Amino acid sequence: MAEIKALKLAFDVPGANFDRAGEASAKLKRTLQQVGVPAEVIRRVAIGSYEGEINLIIHAGGGQLQAEIYPDHTRVIVSDQGPGIPDVKEAMQEGYSTASEEARAMGFGAGMGLPNMYNCADAFEIQSKVGWGTIITMDFKHQDR
Amino acid sequence: MKETYFHSVQITQAACRGCTFCVKHCPTEAIRVRNGKALILPNRCIDCGTCIRNCPFRAPQAKTDQLSRLKDFRYNIVLPPPSLYSQFNENIHRESIWQGLMQLGFDEIFDVALASDYIAVEIEKFIHEHAGEHKTYISCACPAVLRLIQVKFPELIPLIIPVLPPAEAAAIYIKNKIAREKHLPKEQIGVWFIAPCPSKGANIHQPVDVVHPEITGAFTVSAIYSLIMKNKKNLPAEKFTRPVSKGSSYGMGWGVYGGELKSAGLTNAIAVHGLAEVRDVLEQLSLNKMPGLDYVECSACQSGCVGGPLVSENRFVAETNLKRRIHNMRLREPSTRAATLKAVLTCEGFPHSAEYVKPLQPRPMMSLDADINVAMQKVERMEEILQGLPGLDCGVCGAPSCMCLAEDIVQGRAHEMDCIFKLRAQVKKLAYGMAELSRQLPLTGGNTMDDGLVAPAEDKNHET
Repeated sequence: MAEIKALKLAFDVPGANFDRAGEASAKLKRTLQQVGVPAEVIRRVAIGSYEGEINLIIHAGGGQLQAEIYPDHTRVIVSDQGPGIPDVKEAMQEGYSTASEEARAMGFGAGMGLPNMYNCADAFEIQSKVGWGTIITMDFKHQDR
Repeated sequence: MKETYFHSVQITQAACRGCTFCVKHCPTEAIRVRNGKALILPNRCIDCGTCIRNCPFRAPQAKTDQLSRLKDFRYNIVLPPPSLYSQFNENIHRESIWQGLMQLGFDEIFDVALASDYIAVEIEKFIHEHAGEHKTYISCACPAVLRLIQVKFPELIPLIIPVLPPAEAAAIYIKNKIAREKHLPKEQIGVWFIAPCPSKGANIHQPVDVVHPEITGAFTVSAIYSLIMKNKKNLPAEKFTRPVSKGSSYGMGWGVYGGELKSAGLTNAIAVHGLAEVRDVLEQLSLNKMPGLDYVECSACQSGCVGGPLVSENRFVAETNLKRRIHNMRLREPSTRAATLKAVLTCEGFPHSAEYVKPLQPRPMMSLDADINVAMQKVERMEEILQGLPGLDCGVCGAPSCMCLAEDIVQGRAHEMDCIFKLRAQVKKLAYGMAELSRQLPLTGGNTMDDGLVAPAEDKNHET
């Protein structure tokens, strides 16, 4: 078997479909367990990718969750061509939310999605433009914190 | 590092017919059928006993001790848990059941419910002291759940509450007490637990969470229940005069789901029972989806320990029996929980958990290789293999799912042709290949044989 640089996974996350929320992150978690990434890191990746997945469902009308697993780190990319975030700084604040009534009724939209992603990743980058969409990149070193 | 795990659950090869019932039900995908017999993968088994429940031929059995082992000790102590009482109608006094136990040859009894009362107080204190951390702690009372966390949710290990399981606490206390009072060396004292499930049996021989275990061995609830019932006629409660420290109704409640929460006075908490539900709640905890919740009580068996695979009575009957017994006890107790616990907690020098518990070690079973580069290659290869499998999870190959077969193949434990669909497609291909060959025989006879065989245009995998 030839040496491989990265394992790549990609999942399409359909918008406004709460029933399947968490499926992509669950598959990613299983793969990371098979690779043998430390449990504490897997937990953070799972939380980060789950929040990303939920954002795709609630705000973006769907999008893609991608993961690149390297021997020493995992990168998670959450991308969409949704409405975009007008003020990223504001959106990053804990408790800030623009979630719909429907989403809130289901227990989502507490305004913790982006802060949670920021907190669980070792590196976090967000690019967003109104009318263009959003790309969030999270890096997780394969080391316990 | 190679580790060997002690398991209570074992499969009686002679009884096994290789039907794959257990394979399909096993919550940790720990069983495979090979050469017509079920085999347990030791690093995956959590001794939950699901296979014992589901086998139509009673091939999986829990390895427990024989009562004859009491002869090996000068003094024998028995630890009856609430699940034993749950087998009896609530009108049969605890004293009658104790008398029945003494007739079996035990010298001393310690009520596990009393140890639960002590542990409940420790849990309440711990949760109170850690309230500011916004962490959800997980009960440690069910060893099958602890083992599930070790193999599938190692990231949750820091959330397991660091207290002793009640039976262990009881054993440590009573063994030391008897050794002191009777001037006996500890090796000559047998401490026996009456187990409702194999996981508690396995935890005695290889505890995952206790530093110096003091329990000698275990008998099953169903075995002890049958023996007591055999002597039932000689069991008037008034004949039992020996002083035994009794647990409260709260400690007794640990036998049924929700009881642990009630006894520790926890309200910002949930009780989950049944392995599928436990797995579900652990998944949610892992995603941090219940922030602010203090505690989760988990039991692998539906209804709690009264629903263990090694009890005699139906779980609903046992649950009813135990709840009625608890109700009757409560009528005679002080009106508040605090006063009730205070009245029963009178054992001098009852062990403090902190001196005896050790943190759980992860038992990651998912990782495909110790070398991360090799593991990544194996994941990729597994994905390729999986694409070629039918995805029906039929179990005929002896693995519970196509995913597991793919994993077994990359790990060298199975072959692609173990899949009946793959094998049939291959047979078909060979058959046509042979037919093709037969047409190329020398044409000495002048005529080719028309056997009606036509090579297939396309191989349809799943046609029957």
